[in-house]
Amino acid sequence: METLTKMANGEKETSTLTDLTNQTYKYGFSTDIESETVPLGLNEDTVRLISAKKQEPEFMLEWRLKAFKYWQTMTEPSWQNVSYPKMDYQNMAYYSAPKSKDDAPKSLDEVDPELLATYEKLGIPLHERAILAGVAVDAVFDSVSVATTYKEKLSELGIIFCSFSEAVREHPDLIKKYLGSVVPITDNFFATLNSAVFSDGSFVYIPKGVRCPMELSTYFRINAINTGQFERTLIIADESSYVSYLEGCTAPMRDENQLHAAVVELVALDHAQIKYSTVQNWYPGDKEGKGGIYNFVTKRGKCTGFRSKISWTQVETGSAITWKYPSCILQGDESVGEFYSVAVTNNRQQADTGTKMIHIGKNTKSTIISKGISAGHGQNSYRGLVKVLKNAEKARNYSQCDSMLMGDQCGAHTFPYLDIGNTSARIEHEATTTKIGEDQLFYLKQRGLNEEEAIKMIVNGFCETVFKELPMEFAVEAKKLLEVSLEGSVG
Amino acid sequence: MLKVDNLHASIEGKEILKGLSFEVKAGEVHAIMGPNGSGKSTLSQVLAGREVYEVTQGSVTYQGKNLLEMSVEERAWAGIFLSFQYPVAIPGIRNSNFLRTAYNAIRKNRNLEELDAMDFLALLKEKAKLVEMDPKLLDRALNDGFSGGEKKRNEILQMALLEPTLAVLDETDSGLDIDALRVIAQGVNAMRNKERAMIVITHYQRLLDYIVPDFVHVLSKGKIIKSGGKDLALELETKGYGWLTNVSEGSIPLPIN
Repeated sequence: METLTKMANGEKETSTLTDLTNQTYKYGFSTDIESETVPLGLNEDTVRLISAKKQEPEFMLEWRLKAFKYWQTMTEPSWQNVSYPKMDYQNMAYYSAPKSKDDAPKSLDEVDPELLATYEKLGIPLHERAILAGVAVDAVFDSVSVATTYKEKLSELGIIFCSFSEAVREHPDLIKKYLGSVVPITDNFFATLNSAVFSDGSFVYIPKGVRCPMELSTYFRINAINTGQFERTLIIADESSYVSYLEGCTAPMRDENQLHAAVVELVALDHAQIKYSTVQNWYPGDKEGKGGIYNFVTKRGKCTGFRSKISWTQVETGSAITWKYPSCILQGDESVGEFYSVAVTNNRQQADTGTKMIHIGKNTKSTIISKGISAGHGQNSYRGLVKVLKNAEKARNYSQCDSMLMGDQCGAHTFPYLDIGNTSARIEHEATTTKIGEDQLFYLKQRGLNEEEAIKMIVNGFCETVFKELPMEFAVEAKKLLEVSLEGSVG
Repeated sequence: MLKVDNLHASIEGKEILKGLSFEVKAGEVHAIMGPNGSGKSTLSQVLAGREVYEVTQGSVTYQGKNLLEMSVEERAWAGIFLSFQYPVAIPGIRNSNFLRTAYNAIRKNRNLEELDAMDFLALLKEKAKLVEMDPKLLDRALNDGFSGGEKKRNEILQMALLEPTLAVLDETDSGLDIDALRVIAQGVNAMRNKERAMIVITHYQRLLDYIVPDFVHVLSKGKIIKSGGKDLALELETKGYGWLTNVSEGSIPLPIN
């Protein structure tokens, strides 16, 4: 399997990223739009304006307006175990045209050295560092595009992989049929907001019987860099198809938007399988927690088909606040839902993350493996719901929630909810909390490992059951990311 | 090679070692015996550098250097190996992977070339035979769910791999049946040579039937109260510790094997 998340040689990377930059213009961010400014704040006109700028068909505008109307009746949730100052939704920009290159740093010399040091540690190639740090790139671009080559290969198989905006224009029937079918516009405060003002995102359709021959990645997807704060993703796996989708990137990206409220919807039809892997490393803020991203995401998959399967794997190390519950609705009989998660909170980071497994069909099965690591003053909560409906005969769930504490200023919390409406259900739940043991460190050091190597080994061991679910290259990056995230947190 | 002089050590303010002195030369095997609570394990942990113990007085010289100034890993690089009484488990880390990491960490710090996965595997297989280790244990997570005997085999396997200059074996015989004890003792004996010294810490004489020491020291209440040759261990077996210590903890007769 090919993946472009990790590309071995610099040349390839340049061309991919080049392509990204090129394509930005192709999809509508042309000069005249760039010059326009949209006033802060949110009202019906803002929604209309966004839709107009994206040249959307009427149905899309109506959908957005419906969501906006509903959103106005909603209040921001406060049940999650995180705290942050109240946000002023009228003081945000909802349509950000690409920043003028005049504002961007002119070269890597102008970029925060700490950010550069992190790129160095993560082994991000030089060309990429510039793009990630938001340096204005004005080079003459290579015309050969890796991404285009892959796109051609995919379209031969009938696979649609494009930006969300493009899908709205080119594949309106699929959008009409599936958008909001998993996360309805009335779902929750942040998802509804997203429905009204979403900027862009990814769209994937895998036709019947097709096994997608490569990992699809946002990293090489056209437009990846400019999706903005309200990203929208929709993946549909038709009967007996398979797709593995990678989201995110280990490098911390520069971003001025504090609130990120993305929505991801997955639909798996009969015998279809979707594997969705995320590495999230948005800016977590400084050591005092200033300036980090609020990542309030709604991710949900629906196994509508018989024996369909959806697996979520996530490695969450970034953001000041993470609020995220990738879930599965197991509607089809014998469908399977999986959730594998590593969430790290260091310094002042807060995470409230977990999953919901809704068993509707007969003989449905779900697995939840959650690993929370707290260091510094980090607060890490697992929140999970296993719900078995009345007709879900012989549903099975296995949940394992492990927490690791590094130091004595951090916290780990577990909030498991069970709602079992059928007595034939078999539910198992295990939970552990461990401190990174002085005895373990001593043992490893006695065998010649230094403190850093010893911690690395213990943490990797702790996360192993999740890492092994990630595609190989991604797993390597995730391990490295974890090391960097936890650097200096013990001792 | 090792000179311990008037060593005092405490944990959480409680003094455990109260002026301990002995000397170990290259090629020698010293047995440290004593009743529970006499400070045997503390001695092994202090020699390995565990930070929870505080050395309050005395000195330890190893190969002419002040051992007490060295960190845990520096001592490991310098050839000190502790076979743990209770080896800890590290879930999720494959034993063979751990062994290679440890092996290469020590090689690297001795300026020797690190071995790649293939070469290391060959070496590991050869060493595993020495302690009759089930190869399946190499693929399992480190000490995770290992039986007492499996853990001890794994300790001696590590000793064979890391080829220490000074090996401290802390209660290596505890929890072992007689067959396992014999295998492990064979492994240890195979490693005895003129350059390598060993300190064998044990409550019971039994182990010393298999690993025959050159010297025996009896530890009580944090001090060595008697030293002698291998016969001292035999004498202890018949007379019990009470003979030397006159304290209640020492008056428990030694079990007969």
